[in-house]
Amino acid sequence: MKLAGKAHRFVPNDDINTDYIISGRYKFKIDDMNELAKHVMEDIDPEFSKGVRPGDFVVAGRNFGCGSSREQAPRALKTAGVGAVIAKSYARIFYRSSFNVGLPLVECDTDWIASGEMLLVDLDSGTIESRKTGLVANITKIPKTMQTILNDGGLIPHLKKHGGFSLDEAMEG
Amino acid sequence: MGKTIAEKVLTSHSGKGCHAGDLVIADVDFCMSQDGTSTMMIRELESLGFTAPKTKRGMAVVIDHNSPCPSVDVARIHSKIRRFATGKSIPTYEVGEGVCHQVIPESGRVLPGDLVVGADSHTCTYGALNSCSTGLGSTDVAAAAFTGKLWFKVPATHSIVVDGAFSEMVGAKDLILSVIGKVTSDGATYKSVEFSGALIDGLEMDGRMTIANMAVEMGAKFCPFGFDAVTKEWFLSIGTETAEGVRSDSDAVFERSRDFDASDLVPKVAKPHAVDNVVDASQVSGIDVQQVFLGTCTNGRLADLSAAASVLKGKHVKRGVRLVVAPASRRIFLDAMDHGIVATLLKAGAVFVAPGCGPCVGTHAGIPSDGDNVLSTANRNFKGRMGNNNDVNIYLASPWTAGATALTGRITDPREVLV
Repeated sequence: MKLAGKAHRFVPNDDINTDYIISGRYKFKIDDMNELAKHVMEDIDPEFSKGVRPGDFVVAGRNFGCGSSREQAPRALKTAGVGAVIAKSYARIFYRSSFNVGLPLVECDTDWIASGEMLLVDLDSGTIESRKTGLVANITKIPKTMQTILNDGGLIPHLKKHGGFSLDEAMEG
Repeated sequence: MGKTIAEKVLTSHSGKGCHAGDLVIADVDFCMSQDGTSTMMIRELESLGFTAPKTKRGMAVVIDHNSPCPSVDVARIHSKIRRFATGKSIPTYEVGEGVCHQVIPESGRVLPGDLVVGADSHTCTYGALNSCSTGLGSTDVAAAAFTGKLWFKVPATHSIVVDGAFSEMVGAKDLILSVIGKVTSDGATYKSVEFSGALIDGLEMDGRMTIANMAVEMGAKFCPFGFDAVTKEWFLSIGTETAEGVRSDSDAVFERSRDFDASDLVPKVAKPHAVDNVVDASQVSGIDVQQVFLGTCTNGRLADLSAAASVLKGKHVKRGVRLVVAPASRRIFLDAMDHGIVATLLKAGAVFVAPGCGPCVGTHAGIPSDGDNVLSTANRNFKGRMGNNNDVNIYLASPWTAGATALTGRITDPREVLV
């Protein structure tokens, strides 16, 4: 899977929690993801949802997606058009949920990525490239279980396709 | 090689002898969701043709995050949840019954040694009951309900040994804030955290639940407390006999071990806007507050309401301070009435809102105004958490500190108002 898009960075950089991704003000009363996507990242960047283009990347430091289990967070990012999140590390509920809903997460050093920079991510070869500088860096390999779920289009499509969990092979690898 | 609680529970539920780092598909005993996370789960389950939960002891939905309902939009979400649950052997805990992480334990549906998942990040609270219990997204919970199983990576375990004894007006909340301040917001990511030691052995269930509840604030997956006499006695109090539970083997392998001495602890406060931004209460004393919130799945239990009431008995909250109280469940509300705690707090000027999440998640019943400082017994102080992003500062602390702060109108180390 190859992804290309523009980097969007935020303040704060670390510990961007799910309340910041989608505020409780909206997530508890709006059940329509298209509506929720209009408010994504609003509490730390009110302009984000207007500026994001399909395939763009959300770029952050460590522990992205900490806090509430609200799956509205990865879903709203995906619905807003975000192609992947690129961060140094992730909180675990967000990590599982993102792959479950088909949003790829890229784990790598992000200090060198500038806001607005065009990036190319190759999930198969495990690399990230800056279009401007040509710099190529490695990303942490996505676990096989996550790859399988992502390739099937998410966890529910995976269950439908296989009539239940079919992760034995991925779990051995 | 010996096993930790997480390794034992995932071994017994997967039928595969496993250790940290292994991947397993395990049978799930019970799952739950709440009104803020149910609709996505319902959509996925309906698309799968779901008829009834396959988890061993089924599932439950709890209407607690917007309870009673604050708007037409949310009322429609609640109706959708009720329609879904009907006819599928799914009990619905209604408006006013309480916060999911209190009513589920009270229901007796989670037992020692269980494997539990819930569409709420604080599902780790049931670790206090000797279960491996964790919060997940709605899709994972839907998968667990539909198949009765879920895949897990067996977490490594961090051991936290707490010896000594709490001094007066210092308790479980101060301990867990102190631990999170040291471990940091991601210092236990994907780990199972086991608390043990002399202090933990003597700690009552309310305090254990406060600690397990906040384990996710340092990234933890599980926070199982070893089965002991306190566990057994607590289950008897809800009418459940428990023969046995799970404890770590003496030769279990811990990835990391930390020691704390409770005797050194003082009242703690987590400053805005991060839970690991922890200082001594005395370092922030004097900051004016406009609202104090006592309640939540962290500190809305009888011991918590009682602690705040002990500070406020016969006194009145400072003029200009709003003290909002949300008991964690109807049962706790009734117990607090029987003990005179409700009357004490009301006479001191508190306002009670319905048992449930109350203002913690910013949906209703106590949203702060622009520029307000709030002292809360909740578990999160993120920007905008309580429903207003405009220069609102949330400080997290214990029920004693909440009582003392309501009394003086400024953040106060409760030992200062000790009578």
